[in-house]
Amino acid sequence: MNLEKVVFGFFIVLALTLNFGFFIGDFDNPAHHNEYELFAAIIVNLIATVLKFGDRTQMGAVLLATSLVADLQLIIAAVVWGVAVYVTMSGLEPSVMGSIVSLSGGALLANITSVVLLIIETVNLRR
Amino acid sequence: MEKIVFLILRRMRAPLLVIIAAYTISIIGMVLIPGADEQGNPVRMGFFHAVYFVSYMATTIGFGEIPYAFTDAQRMWTVVAIHLTVIAWLYAIGKILSLIGEPAFRQAVGENAFARSVRRMREPFYVVCGYGDTGSLLVRALSRRGLRSVVVDWNQDRVNELELEDLGMYVPGLCADAARAVTLKEAGLLSGHCAGVVALTDDDAVNLKIAITTKLLRPGMPVVCRAETHDAVANMDSFGTDHIINPYDTFAVRLALALHAPGAYLLHEWLTGVPGTQLSVPLYPPHGTWVLCGYGRFGKAVKTRLDAEGVETHIIELDPVGTGLEGEFVAGRGTEAATLLEAGIEKAAGVVAGTDDDTNNLSIMITARALKPDLFTVARQNRHDNDDIFQAARLDLVMQRSEIIARDLLALLTTPLLNGFLKRVRGLSNDWSNLLVSRISAVTGDQVPEIWSCRIDMQDAPAVYGMLDEGKAVCLEQLLRDARNREERLPCLLLALKRDGDWRLLPEDDMQLLMGDELLFCGAQRVSERMAWALQNNNALHYIRSGEERPSGLLWRWLSGYRERT
Repeated sequence: MNLEKVVFGFFIVLALTLNFGFFIGDFDNPAHHNEYELFAAIIVNLIATVLKFGDRTQMGAVLLATSLVADLQLIIAAVVWGVAVYVTMSGLEPSVMGSIVSLSGGALLANITSVVLLIIETVNLRR
Repeated sequence: MEKIVFLILRRMRAPLLVIIAAYTISIIGMVLIPGADEQGNPVRMGFFHAVYFVSYMATTIGFGEIPYAFTDAQRMWTVVAIHLTVIAWLYAIGKILSLIGEPAFRQAVGENAFARSVRRMREPFYVVCGYGDTGSLLVRALSRRGLRSVVVDWNQDRVNELELEDLGMYVPGLCADAARAVTLKEAGLLSGHCAGVVALTDDDAVNLKIAITTKLLRPGMPVVCRAETHDAVANMDSFGTDHIINPYDTFAVRLALALHAPGAYLLHEWLTGVPGTQLSVPLYPPHGTWVLCGYGRFGKAVKTRLDAEGVETHIIELDPVGTGLEGEFVAGRGTEAATLLEAGIEKAAGVVAGTDDDTNNLSIMITARALKPDLFTVARQNRHDNDDIFQAARLDLVMQRSEIIARDLLALLTTPLLNGFLKRVRGLSNDWSNLLVSRISAVTGDQVPEIWSCRIDMQDAPAVYGMLDEGKAVCLEQLLRDARNREERLPCLLLALKRDGDWRLLPEDDMQLLMGDELLFCGAQRVSERMAWALQNNNALHYIRSGEERPSGLLWRWLSGYRERT
């Protein structure tokens, strides 16, 4: 067992699960989407991205790309949230909540890709 | 480029993780700890404000406590957060700085800059491997002629020297092992603009490897190699290295030439010099016996040459056994008066100091001259940086190996015809050379002439080619006329004409040109540009041949034809 692989897998899967946890629930109901969970998802995604730095293989490059996509989507979701609450003062209306959740849904897809790639790589190793 | 990015990404992993962790902890703390508004009602800080606050706090900008003045609990947490984030930043910045200072990183950055500047070259360039005495002289001479070059050397100090050198143009240098194919590829071996490879390292094996690599990766690319042993020469020759230079042999040949065919030697000096510089003055070495100090590789080559010329030599050598000396000799260094006298310095015409130590050579010269002031003194200069003291010694002839080789190489690379010409000149009489020397000085004055060559074909001389194609005759003399005024001759000289591998030295003016002829000229500065008119412009050539200005436009041509018809 390799500790590096454990940490690596842990953060990638955690990024997916947190993202999923935030995404699940009524699409436009703010009560079903916790801001702490979004924050945690962003942080874990950032950590996962940094962990993927410096891998020169083709697989490493694709993994890094999926992570960057997830980061981008989640950060945009957080920005939308902040703008709605503090800048336009419109509050978390169903339309705003909808776009936040759909952005996180996009990040979810990227994270799923990431995990699938990880599984493919692990299966190919056969050790 | 890729290498640098990956190096940075890999090194930045830990510092970035630390920063993310420090920010996360600080932000979570700020969000969880309850604050109070102006009225004292408990409020929680939102994520937006927490991120805002931590961002400016961590970077020590410090805008103050927002949106409301902090409670004591919040301030306590801020104290923790400040230390956490500032330390994280210091750690990250320290990592970046140490990465920049790291030799591996600098090497990667240097290599990257080198590869980029080689890729950007849009004019022909030469790859010079080895930046020692000869290499640096060659690169300098190439840049003076406006030719680009790329340098590879395994010694970082030499590459640094290159960077400090004022060459008038940018010459990229790489510190790497030129024996590796990757290095040569990086130096632009595969580039379409690469004009040739010059292997000048002091290791025959490396030069050999460079030659083989070039011949395999770029068949047809000219390769010039330096080789010190006859073994290596034969080996390089076996797979078609274009030119092999043995420094000792080349040097000895030139010295023998200087001693017994001063005209031919002067011709060499003039034609291979840097154009526009002062011409060297002719030398008249006396005939008689010579004293030769030092019988190493150089001394042997000189002795063989002098024997071939029928010159009597007396040898002074410290280590006759190690150098394999046979026959008569005087044991000693030659720096002492006793050994010089024993070798018959008083009756000798000249002395050659040919040891591999510059100090000894100078000492021999000074001692010998004290014994017999009218001696003709020839010294071998080994190191380029001893220029000043050799000049101050006012010797009759100073031969510097690296300079001779660099000039030969330059001639070889820029005008391949010149090399063939000089080789043939060496076989001719000294009087012939003297005659040519006086003709050259009549044309160019006291400046080193410019050398250029052209080939009568579609590319080099379209006007002449077209004329010949139409069946009209063009003779040599017409090329030498000024296209602005045909009564005047250009200040230049046709040195040789090469036709189907046949050489004609100083051909007659009325010789007819044929397609495929190769011509070698020498002349004053910028004359080649004036000659290009006759070679490339139909109207200019027509004017030179017939003396009439031909209308160039279609309409005018038709009009003048009409006038002639009526």
